[in-house]
This record gives sequence, structure tokens and C-alpha cells, in this order.
Amino acid sequence: MTDIAVRVDNLGKRYRIGTRRQDDQPLLREVLSSLAATSFRKLTGVARRFWTRYTSGAGPVPPDPNDLWALRHLSFEVPRGQIIGIIGPNGAGKSTLLKILSRITEPTEGRVELKGRVGSLLEVGTGFHPELTGRENIYLSAALLGMRKADIDRNLDEIIAFSEIEKFVDTPVKHYSSGMYVRLAFSVAAHLEPEILIVDEVLAVGDAAFQRKCLNKMEDVKQHGRTILFVSHNMQPIARLCQRAILISGGAILKDGPAVDVASAYLATSLSTNAEQAWPHPSTAPGDHVARLRRLRVHDETGNTTETIDIRQPIGIEMTYDVLDSGHLLWPLLIFYDGTGLCLFATLELAPEWRGRPRPAGRYVSTAWIPGNQLAAGVVLVDAALKSDPPPRTHFLERQAAAFHIVDTPDGNSARGDWVGDVPGVVRPLLTWNITYHGQVKPGEEPQDGWPSRLRD
Amino acid sequence: MPNMAKDLDEGVASASEVLSGGFCTSGSPPPQLPTTVIEPSRGWVPLKLNQLWEYREVLYFLVWRDIKVRYRQTLIGVTWAIIQPFMTMVVFSVFFGRLAKMPSDDIPYPLFAFAALVPWTFFANGLTLSANSLVHSGHLITKVYFPRLLVPTARVLTGLPDFVVSFLVLLGMIWWYGLLQSRPALVWLPALALLAFVTALGVGLWLSALNVQYRDIQHAVPFAVQLWLFATPIAYPSSLLPGSWRTVYGLNPMVGVVEGFRWTLLGRGSAPGPMLAASALAALVILVTGAFFFRRVERTFADVV
Repeated sequence: MTDIAVRVDNLGKRYRIGTRRQDDQPLLREVLSSLAATSFRKLTGVARRFWTRYTSGAGPVPPDPNDLWALRHLSFEVPRGQIIGIIGPNGAGKSTLLKILSRITEPTEGRVELKGRVGSLLEVGTGFHPELTGRENIYLSAALLGMRKADIDRNLDEIIAFSEIEKFVDTPVKHYSSGMYVRLAFSVAAHLEPEILIVDEVLAVGDAAFQRKCLNKMEDVKQHGRTILFVSHNMQPIARLCQRAILISGGAILKDGPAVDVASAYLATSLSTNAEQAWPHPSTAPGDHVARLRRLRVHDETGNTTETIDIRQPIGIEMTYDVLDSGHLLWPLLIFYDGTGLCLFATLELAPEWRGRPRPAGRYVSTAWIPGNQLAAGVVLVDAALKSDPPPRTHFLERQAAAFHIVDTPDGNSARGDWVGDVPGVVRPLLTWNITYHGQVKPGEEPQDGWPSRLRD
Repeated sequence: MPNMAKDLDEGVASASEVLSGGFCTSGSPPPQLPTTVIEPSRGWVPLKLNQLWEYREVLYFLVWRDIKVRYRQTLIGVTWAIIQPFMTMVVFSVFFGRLAKMPSDDIPYPLFAFAALVPWTFFANGLTLSANSLVHSGHLITKVYFPRLLVPTARVLTGLPDFVVSFLVLLGMIWWYGLLQSRPALVWLPALALLAFVTALGVGLWLSALNVQYRDIQHAVPFAVQLWLFATPIAYPSSLLPGSWRTVYGLNPMVGVVEGFRWTLLGRGSAPGPMLAASALAALVILVTGAFFFRRVERTFADVV
């Protein structure tokens, strides 16, 4: 595809640190007080400084330690029809990029070319006024989002029907529930017709049933050629919605590629933890006077610490902890999450020889084994915790104490077999399938065998 | 197998089409796509009046919204539009007309004051609203693009219905005093109303743009409007001034508006002349400089508001 819808070239945006007001720009008060000053030269000097600094926000300025480049040297292209995710940690420059592309704020340097009408959805219910009715807000919001009045007239009934709030469409939206408000706002957004759509992550909210409806509407229409830029710091929608993703951090592009790869790369870079974490000093280790966590380590079957594990191999999670006070019934446990923050499962330390036995003080090293062919490919984060009961108490709970990657294999002997496409789900067990072949079934002929008896009638 | 594979693929891919297909109803993209270029601007930038025309429906809806919302949840609704100039007229009549025996060009003082207060109220409200318009529209300015010039413009236009209503009351008053007659001078009225609009917008552009950066403005505006009221021949006739000074006096554009209103409706006061010309010129200068200043600082609005 050579048809480029969005071309971003060497884009940069500079802010001043500490204050939104530009630091060397005098206050109006200073200008006014200088009016009273006796020195005419001082007055003109301040006035000139005021004027040039105030009115030329984007001019070239010598480098200043207070300069903060929210974006710098950013270049990328988006072909027409692509859905591209823009991800990165908070403060990476995502919102700034979004605002520049939406023409809300100007870049300090560089250039953007957008081919086609641009619609941007940066909030739910742009321009909604609480005093106006649903119907009135449809007009107002749609007009602000770039729809012509004639188009709104034409689509009004459909927008109202789509929102499922027909009964309340003549009620001021200030009386709406938040759900109704979101539905109405979505309904307006769903009827926009720009060639380039810029969507902020706030738009990913909404109830499941209504999202399902948006999905069905899409299946009716099958429109192509729409370019979408979708911004989020949440990986789940990016991986789900986008073909390609760009990872931005510190105002620059770190990675650009297939959404799933970039999302993994983001998780890898954004994780402060890796396969092993140790707390060498007893006083700073997580825990209290009863027990402290000293080390958490992810390793393979042979005991080597590893961040990447083949999906078919068992994974060992080794937890080292010191018990400082004897006589407690302890419950060490591990909790596992995927990269989107979804809790996969938790496991309690379980060994027959320690069942019901108060622990004497000392060091313990216990390892939990996750069998191979169990979890889906991707990032897994591990929380390590230690509780005692009775009385119920948490001695430590170390969030994201370790992390590892499970990688799937194309060899054909994992749960995906020879399938090379996406496999959904958070677990990927290798199941036993029974397959029997019954020959060709002639049309109209009742199957005689191979059906469960209750289906045969 | 290929079918199952396809289903599996669609199960994963279908969610992505919520966005790709959901936001549209029909049609293929038009063959000629407009290209938008975003670049940093420096110094003075063009007004882009053609863009204002392109976004005229947004202006319409902004005005429409403000008019709709204006008197929602009020008891007496649009009566407020009359009360403000009318009560001022009553106070002026008692203190300036009765007690101070202010000359009023041989017009009954209440009528003299009200004929000036009708355009003045339109101007003063338009100015106040537009000066605060950008700050009050911060939620829009940071979330959606449209020419920012529309924001203060819409706020001034919002006062038009109020102006029309109070103007009808003014006509009623003229009739009450038995002075209602058709005069050729009435053709000047739309031009005078336009002059009031241009003045309010011009000053509003300056103040709204400054207000984004310096909130001092919103505290200064009510006070400044009050001073301006007395710098305009509303409670007194401009004939109090020596003739040679009247043209200079006319550099206050509202002088031309107020005197013009009295002259066209009541046949008294100064006919259009150097004073009105000075007013028109001053208003135009304020509007044009205001618009260019506004455009020049517009680029910082979203970052500062």
C-alpha cells in the first residue's frame, strides 16, 4: 500500500517545565508596574520582551534547561485503512501527539500531513451540555465533531435508535445515568464519517452489550479504507483492535511493528522487574518481624534463571524467604497475572510435610512448578505474598516481584499444532482430542453411528 | 480445516473492526481527499476567513446552544433581557433625569436613556461574555478542533435575541410617548447595530485572548464596562461637549452607536457625521487588530487555558 493517510515528519513539541506559563515571560503585573517605573528604557524593554515572548510561542529559542520536549524527532507513516495503536507509559507524549494530530495544539517543529477529513474523539460526549436534551446534544456534539447539519438530520433517527435511549431523548442529559450518557455519546461517534479517526482510550469504555452492538453494526456495513489512530496505555485493547502499534517513550518512537510484538516489547521495557529479584539487606526486604521475602526467581527445568520459557516446558518459581519469628502457621503464595493485568491464578505453598506445622525460624526456599503446555504465550507477572492464619495477617505482598515471557513454538507439537494464526485465551493446554472417521455421509441419510444417543432422536 | 482456521481468525479479528467499521454508515471515501498540513506557525498568521465560513455550522450551533441554555431553569426567562436595561433606565431617570436635571436633548429623559441603554446592554453583555468565552470553553478547546475565533464571536451573537426583545420594548416606549413615526433615517439602524456588534467583538477578541493567559482580565472587565458606560453619552447627551471635541469623543465607538440610535429613532442628537465616522473607523481598527492578535496567540490556547 503506497496510499499514505497520515505522514508525520520530524515532529517535536516543547513545553516549559514547572509552569505552564513560560518562565521568562513577564507577568502582566510586571508590565503594569514597569509602566509606573521612571525609566522609559526599562518600560520599552519589558514591553518588547512581553510582546515577543507572549505572541511567538513557537519561535526558535536557545536551548534552555527548563525545556521539556514532550515529543522530539518523531516520524512515521500510516497507510490508508490501517488501524494503528500508539502506546507508551504515562507522560510518554501520546496525548501530545494526539492533540497535535487533532489540531488542538501546534507542534514546535516538524510537519504532519493528513489526507482526508479528520475526526478526533478525545472524550466521551464532546461538547455535551448538561442542560440540553439528548436530541439537542446530538446536534451540538455531531456538529463539533465535524458533521454537517444535513448529515445529522439524515442520521438523527438512526443515531437515536442506535443509542437505545429513545424514551429519554428529549430529557436534559443532566438527568441521564452515566450509562445512558455514554450510549448517546457513542452513538454520535459511531455515525461520524471521517477518513481518519483519532481515538483516545477513554473511548474504550462502555458496557459489553453495547460494545457487542457496535460490533454487529460494523458487520452490517463492512466499510474499508478508514484509517484509525488509537491511543492507549492499556495493552489489552491495542492487541485486540490494532494491526500495528507504535511504542512511544520519552517523546520518541522506541518500536514500530505488529501490535502484539510491540505490546510485548512495551511490557518488557516498562517492567522494572525481571526473572529474578533479590533483597540483599534484611532490613529493606519486604516483610515484617515474622517473615521477609529475600529472593524470587523464575527458572527452567535445569534450574537456570530465565526470562523466556518455551510454552512446552515447566516453569519453576523459586521463593526464598526468612522466617524471623518461630511458631506461626504460614501460607506463602504466588499470584500470576498476564500482561493486561488479568489475574490468571494463585497458588499456595503446599507440601505434606509442612501441613499444619508452625514454622521454626530460618531460611526457606520453596519452588512452585507450573507444568508445560499450561499458560498461553505472553508476559506473566508474579506477585509474591506470605500470610499467616490464624490470626489472618499479611506479612508481605510484593507486587510484580518477577516476570517472564512464555513463547509459543511453531514446531507443531505445542497446543497450537501447525496453526500459525492467533490463538485467543489465557491458558493453552495441550488437550487430548479423539477423532474418528465415519466416511462420507450421503444427503438425507441419518447418521447411524458416531452421534451421542441423545442426539440421535 | 481452512474454515475453522478462518473462524478462529475472525474471532480474534472481529473486535478490531468495532473501530474500523463502527464509525460509519455508508459510502466510499470521496475521490478527492482534502489534505491537512500541520506545521508550527510563527509570528502573524492569516485570519483564514474561508475556514470560518467552512465552519459556519459550528458557529450556528454554538450560538444556538447558548441561546437555548441561557434562560433554562429560570422563572421569568427572556424577561431578564428587558429587566436589565429597563431597571438601569429607571435608576438613571430618577437620579440623573429628576434629581440632577440632566439635559436630554428635549427628549423625555426615560426615553433618552432607554434608547441608549438598548444597544449599550447588547454591547456590554456581548463584551463581557466574549471576554470570558475562551476560559469558559476550556473543555472544548482542549478536546476538539474548530477555528477558535468562533468562540468569542458566538458569545456576542448570543445577545442578539435579547437585543431584539429589548428593542421591541423600546419601540413600545416610543409609541407610548407618541413619538413613533416612520423616518428614512431608520435604514441606519442595522448599520448601527452592526457597529455595536463589531465593537463588542473587537474588544472581546482582545480580552478573551488575553484572558487565557492572564485571568486578571476577568476581574477587570465588569469594572471596565462600568467606566465605559460613563465614557459614553448614555446618562447625558454628547451635546454637553464642545463641538470640536466630539469627533475625538467619537473614537469611543459606542458614542457613535448611542448617538446614532437616538438620532435614527427619535430624530435628536447628532446626525451621522465625523463623529460616527470616527466611531466606525475605531471599531474597525479594534476588530482587525483584535482578530490578528487573537490568531497570533491562538496557538498557545490549548496549552494554557
